[in-house]
Amino acid sequence: MRGTLSDRMGAALLMAPLLLFLVLAYAWPFLGVVKWSFTLPTPGLGQYHALLTDDLVQSVFIRTLRIAAIVTLVSVTAAYAITVVWVRGSPVQRVLAEFCILVPFWISVLTRAFGWVALLSNRGLINTWLQSIGFISEPLTLVRNEFGVIVGMSHFLIPFAVFPLASAMRSLDERVLLAARGLGSSRMRTFWTVFVPMTRSGIIGSAMITFVFSLGFFVTPAILGGGRSVMIAELIYLRIFQSPDWGLGAAISVVLVVFVGALMALLFRYVKPKQLV
Amino acid sequence: MQQPGRAAEIKAKGIGKSFGSFRALDNLSLDIGRGEFLTLLGPSGSGKTTFLMILAGFVQPSEGKLFSDGVDITNRPAEQRAAGMVFQGYALFPHMSVEQNIAFPLKVRKKSASEIKSRVGEMVERVGLKGHEKKLPAQLSGGQQQRVALARALVFEPGVLLLDEPFSALDKSLRGQMQAEMKRLHQETGTTFVFVTHDQSEALALSSRVAIFNHGKLLQVGRPDEVYDRPANRFVAEFLGEINMLPVKGVRPADNGATGLCEDRAVNMRCKAEAIKGDAILAIRPEDMSIAPEASINENGIAATAVASTYLGAATKLDLTTRQGARVTVSVPNEVAAAALSKGNSVWLTWPAEKGFLLPDGGQ
Ligand SMILES: Nc1ncnc2c1ncn2[C@@H]1O[C@H](COP(=O)(O)OP(=O)(O)O)[C@@H](O)[C@H]1O
Ligand SMILES: [Mg+2]
Repeated sequence: MRGTLSDRMGAALLMAPLLLFLVLAYAWPFLGVVKWSFTLPTPGLGQYHALLTDDLVQSVFIRTLRIAAIVTLVSVTAAYAITVVWVRGSPVQRVLAEFCILVPFWISVLTRAFGWVALLSNRGLINTWLQSIGFISEPLTLVRNEFGVIVGMSHFLIPFAVFPLASAMRSLDERVLLAARGLGSSRMRTFWTVFVPMTRSGIIGSAMITFVFSLGFFVTPAILGGGRSVMIAELIYLRIFQSPDWGLGAAISVVLVVFVGALMALLFRYVKPKQLV
Repeated sequence: MQQPGRAAEIKAKGIGKSFGSFRALDNLSLDIGRGEFLTLLGPSGSGKTTFLMILAGFVQPSEGKLFSDGVDITNRPAEQRAAGMVFQGYALFPHMSVEQNIAFPLKVRKKSASEIKSRVGEMVERVGLKGHEKKLPAQLSGGQQQRVALARALVFEPGVLLLDEPFSALDKSLRGQMQAEMKRLHQETGTTFVFVTHDQSEALALSSRVAIFNHGKLLQVGRPDEVYDRPANRFVAEFLGEINMLPVKGVRPADNGATGLCEDRAVNMRCKAEAIKGDAILAIRPEDMSIAPEASINENGIAATAVASTYLGAATKLDLTTRQGARVTVSVPNEVAAAALSKGNSVWLTWPAEKGFLLPDGGQ
């Protein structure tokens, strides 16, 4: 829809406070971070060079990409199943699914991370139960490793992955599914050959959102990784607040922001913003 | 190609459908003959789509039974009924090319790659889509999408083809062309066609029989000329085309027909009047009435005044008011209309005794 000029001016005015906030709270400080990355401790490209040669930094980058990829796969798959129930289930199923999607938003990310520790630790609920029924003798290492991080992050991100999928499934023409069945296709086949391909834009949007979120995750990996599965955000934190090595921390931040920016640009080439909500 | 013997014969017995407390279909019984072209005609909301969905197996009837070639298929799921269906809006697979759309039902049936290729090719040719095989539905015009939907529904040689208002989105000239193609496809395939429309001229032009729906009830089934010339009730009479309603008093049986008083003049009717006695309505199509210079005792007629005319090209539609105030429309040659309007507007309205039919007074 195209508004008149005054409509558009009005919209711009309403948007102005938000833009101002974004500039003051993010863009301006980020410029400071960019400056640090080129000036601390000495001016030059030294920190970017270190970033390319430092084994620790590189292993953290690779781990972050790997965890983000796995978390994306897990979250989108789980979110897809929940969304199918939420959008296409019976009325009771819909309410239940909606509850499962919304409840996590009411509980802080910190609480949820500790909740997972309580469940997954060596003397946590799962290990004690498995031992009590004699299924295992030694506790399984479920936390303070990548597994714990992946579980905690996926749990956090599934609700976010739901919305682009729901939007794609809601806009799908029901008659196309009927047509497939009428042509002899089983429900299973219709799901895989018609329903899933038709929700492709939702899957792309959902995966991109999950992946981008995963790259910058801090709290969950810090708690559930227990220092053994450090991801980028935690590394930046350590460089700036503990080592203090502000220059390298800043350079890693810049690389992360540029990478995420590039991913978002790619995303919006394939998916319209309104398909994501 | 398909043998006519494979066309399905469908019987609906006492089909009813309720959505909550709303009655969408009521006690509907209908036999659809092998290879016939049956049209379901009715105004919007009369239950046509619901009935088609029940035939296809997408909607479960609340009551009644459905038989295909004598086998009870009431509880058979849609994917096992193998009815070809063309949906309102076509419902093509948007992510598949024309070719893939048409191949879909064959792939589902696990046909060999070579058979799929040859049958899809044949179908593409038959519906005139050659050169468009690789396009996606979004790259096609409405008429072309329509053809893809038809090809996809016919390629697996279904016993019955169900079509839900397939032409409602097309412009008038394309509609005429598609109607002709539809007739040709029906003849070539020999399949049973069940076609839904709310357009009476389309229904009359295409069908071997027409089933008229209103408010979830089946009002009449018959050949186009039967339902047009001998409608079962006032709704059918009016829905199938313009019609004049003249009150007739004191109707009683007479020599091969009936007689009564219309605007104080005796009129003869060839239609039967067993069920109708006393006051009734005589219904006559505009093309069955004419304008005469003066009264004749051999022919039915009443006095009327011409009030307006509409030039239609081949003929003129003349609106008249009778002496007792009934409004009548006749379709007459252009020069007759001009003459009627010029000579003081007062004319004599006549019709042959064979034309027209009696409906109960004030009834449906
Ligand atoms: N799933 C449904 N739920 C409730 N009412 C419905 C449903 N499907 C159809 N109806 C109602 O049934 C009536 C007949 O609908 P339909 O068969 O689509 O009519 P038509 O195709 O003749 O226009 C309409 O009043 C419609 O609102
Ligand atoms: Mg309809």
